[in-house]
Amino acid sequence: MSASSLTCRECGSEYPLEAHFVCSKCFGPLEVKYEEHPSAGDPDAIRRRIQAGPPNIWRYADFLPLDRVPTLAASGPGQTPGLEGLPAGSTPLVRADNLAKELGLREVWVKNDAANPTHSFKDRVVAVAAARAKELGFTTLACASTGNLANAVAAAGAALGMPVYVFIPADLEEQKILATGIYGATVVTVRGNYDDVNRLCTEIAGERPDWAFVNVNMRPYYAEGSKTLAYEIAEQLGWQTPDRIVAPIASGSLFTKIGKGFQEWKDLGLLDADQALPIMSGAQAAGCNPVAHAFEQGHDVCRPVKPDTIAKSLAIGNPADGPYAIELARQTAGTIDQVTDDEIRAGIALLARTTGIFTETAGGVTTATLKKLADSGRIGADERVVIVITGEGLKTLDAVRGTFECREIDPNFDQFEATAEHRTEVSV
Amino acid sequence: MAEVTFKIPTQLRAATGGEGTVKAEGTTVGTALEHLFGNHPELRSSLTDSEGDLRRFVNVYLDGEDIRFGDGLGTAVADRQELQILPAVAGGR
Repeated sequence: MSASSLTCRECGSEYPLEAHFVCSKCFGPLEVKYEEHPSAGDPDAIRRRIQAGPPNIWRYADFLPLDRVPTLAASGPGQTPGLEGLPAGSTPLVRADNLAKELGLREVWVKNDAANPTHSFKDRVVAVAAARAKELGFTTLACASTGNLANAVAAAGAALGMPVYVFIPADLEEQKILATGIYGATVVTVRGNYDDVNRLCTEIAGERPDWAFVNVNMRPYYAEGSKTLAYEIAEQLGWQTPDRIVAPIASGSLFTKIGKGFQEWKDLGLLDADQALPIMSGAQAAGCNPVAHAFEQGHDVCRPVKPDTIAKSLAIGNPADGPYAIELARQTAGTIDQVTDDEIRAGIALLARTTGIFTETAGGVTTATLKKLADSGRIGADERVVIVITGEGLKTLDAVRGTFECREIDPNFDQFEATAEHRTEVSV
Repeated sequence: MAEVTFKIPTQLRAATGGEGTVKAEGTTVGTALEHLFGNHPELRSSLTDSEGDLRRFVNVYLDGEDIRFGDGLGTAVADRQELQILPAVAGGR
């Protein structure tokens, strides 16, 4: 299923598979178009080919826009060639019975994408964008980021031996800045919010055509990496689609590409017969809700907002894929909800104490949205739900500061016994 | 009439003879755009739909501020202000 062209999602104009991201006729976003899979019509053969692949996203290379799987040359006769870059994906899909029970749901699974090399789903998209950037002859990687992407690009650059420039809002969480600079990247902090950073990077990408901005001029390739989340979930469930996906929405790219991933496999007959696309439930923070707001109002145009939320990794006030996210939610009889900062903190705690998975604020948004859907009776009694946890709690420690108290004692058994009688309660 | 400067993105510079900045006159973003289209007619179909509204993936910033935070095409402009045209870019974070 090799890539054949870049196609405008708005007017259908086609462009060669180079570093283009916007249609010069109508300014619409470009998306990768593929030729028919060579084994189309033989789903068993395609499944076998996938299962024979490596335990990372390159097992889905047939569905990604690369000329070849990025492989290192064998170091000598008889040596096994390794994979180039950081292996992303193959993250756990964990059945969350305690969480389901607490919310009164039948079956909930957590796709824990914090288990990627730099602890967020961004390693998937960056692996694809960086590999394509190398194929196209770029020597420098760059990105506009709210942190997770900066971590992923900096690490990928280090693994591939490419210099990296990352542009982030100056007020970002310290953990995310430290976990970028350590890889040797040049970190440029911009006085402004993410939308200001993105605007600057769009301008720089135009003026520096020799830089591969993974989420600007490499965007069509980058975005395709998110489809691997859908592929993995389907494969881990035994070639089935879940009834519902709950996933966060920032730009709307991840959300729409998960839908695209399931659709592609359904079209190829890889999923159990008669399975429809999952109901797609999007999650936004109330402090940055342009997509949820437009969905509630019945609009398909997202009016930009100025973000004010602890979920900084979702703080995109001007979400370019918003209209497509709304379209997908409507098409699957889905939902797009918004949750407050307090609900986000409670969501982080809920996931942690019922599953043992500590997520960042974006995962708090997703978990809180699951709870909201459950509490309002919008999840069917028989549904199998998968929530997509996109990042790691250690990156946003400020969000959970002050949510519980430690018990300090002298090294004295009586004091311990007195303390052990009352167990510490989580206060959110 | 105020004189403003449009910053043209690289993707559209074929329509401005390769120029990255172009002067235009107007009282609002909309009238300044009309003046711009008068001098560079190819820009009209790239930036606006059949009803004359900005296409949904076109972002316009007046001195760095998205015009949708103001009054859209009706936002007033003053002398020496800068209007930047950029494509909406998805897939950030």
